Amino acid sequence: MPQVVFIEPDGRRVAVQAKDGQSAMRAAVDQGVAGIEAECGGQCLCATCHCYVAGPWQEKLPPPSADEQVMLENVVAPRLPGSRLSCQIVLNPSLDGLTLTVPPRQS
Amino acid sequence: MDHPILIVGAGQAGWQVAESLRQEGYSGPLLLIGEEAFIPYNRPPLSKKWMIDRPDPASLAIRGPDALRRRQIDLQLNTRVVAIDARAREVVLADGARLPYAGLALCTGVRLRELPVPGAQLRGVFGLRTIHDAQQIGDYLDRCAARNDRVVVIGGGFIGLEVAATATKRGLKVTVLEGLGRLMSRVVAPIVSEAAARVHADHGVELVFNAQITEISGVDAEVRAVRTADGIEYPAGCVIVGIGVHPEDRLAAAAGLDCDRGIIVDGFSRTSDPHIVAAGDCTARRRPDGSLLRLESVHNAIEQGKSAASALLGREREFTATPWFWSDQYDMKLQMVGLSHGYDQVITRGDVDKPAFSAFYYRQGRLIAVDSLSRIQDHMAARKLLDNKLSPTVEQAADVNFELPSLLRG
Repeated sequence: MPQVVFIEPDGRRVAVQAKDGQSAMRAAVDQGVAGIEAECGGQCLCATCHCYVAGPWQEKLPPPSADEQVMLENVVAPRLPGSRLSCQIVLNPSLDGLTLTVPPRQS
Repeated sequence: MDHPILIVGAGQAGWQVAESLRQEGYSGPLLLIGEEAFIPYNRPPLSKKWMIDRPDPASLAIRGPDALRRRQIDLQLNTRVVAIDARAREVVLADGARLPYAGLALCTGVRLRELPVPGAQLRGVFGLRTIHDAQQIGDYLDRCAARNDRVVVIGGGFIGLEVAATATKRGLKVTVLEGLGRLMSRVVAPIVSEAAARVHADHGVELVFNAQITEISGVDAEVRAVRTADGIEYPAGCVIVGIGVHPEDRLAAAAGLDCDRGIIVDGFSRTSDPHIVAAGDCTARRRPDGSLLRLESVHNAIEQGKSAASALLGREREFTATPWFWSDQYDMKLQMVGLSHGYDQVITRGDVDKPAFSAFYYRQGRLIAVDSLSRIQDHMAARKLLDNKLSPTVEQAADVNFELPSLLRG
């Protein structure tokens, strides 16, 4: 049961208990984390679940697929080194404590 | 405000109206009324892998129950609205209860077109719209696998082809019976239809064109075959009918709202009643030139939902984004942006045979739409180009080495 911390656009921290195998996007929308829109429902098609992975966590995640790379080139908020689509982050116990910052705009 | 804002229809559009009302600062009572037993959910996965695995429906929820509570959005499921009393500003439920409203959003979606032939009511013949439909079809696909039965899909549109791909991946033998001469003919150019047909044929799907269905036959009230006008019988342990939908505008029409194969709305999602808005698949949007536009898509539901919420609060937020759509079949990602209707030139970009290419549709020398098969970089660039009313030259479109996003920096 990894815990993920989302920092919402207004700075509020929301800690979410996720299930193993769930995507970070799914964990966010189940709790209604502000700013995660997820229009396509997790198909890597819309780039509206963009988030920034906090520094030390970046290298613990598998690198983005070619499709995710293309989508990251098209996010509305600035693309930063920690930019990922939360629908493509699959949670597991080693990611307990993962911190994701939600950008102010998705679309 | 004493009375709540009511939203009839707890699908993608209904959810969006509720979410956007809260985002826009509406803090009064808000009730979302749905006919199904489920919290608003994503429908696109139903025709795909979800149908095979059938995990917990909660995995499809657009937002979880906690998210609704957090936003103080009330949800009343398993509830049918049978009438709208627009003069009294009340909706009438199936049990006779009358709910007054301060504002009303109609997000009633669609109902499936039925096949008007004998046998369409046999067990094992399905349409696909809901979680319940997908669960039943999935159960039947398992039975087909166990009995070595074939699956027949009627209709070579998005839903039919997605189900055909899903059943094929499940290891089943599939026949697609299409009434017209090519796949997805209502939406895409022949070159896209042909590429998709090759992909399906390569996966072993039997494609039959110009098929006029005359009868579905069965044994003990259960489907066994589909017969066409040329006398051929296609054996079937399960039939999925995907021949289009009717916008669900009957409540609105009965209440006296302007409807014409859909609830007529303007660019701000307002209906002909000042207290009622509508959003999503149930609408027909009046365009500046007077024509009506019907779109069935997630993107349309979301964008109209946003403008409908604004309209309920007396604000104007016009829907101007270029429409986009998607369909997944096998590993092929089909993405469409813009409306290609009325094109006079098609330019292809990429590898048509693979297929990994895009079809750029032009009218009078201007780009109007792009369909991409496994070319998501083209699709994303095209969305931005069309939103910004930019048009690459046909030479630029055809040249895979030309960077389309460079036009945006221009």
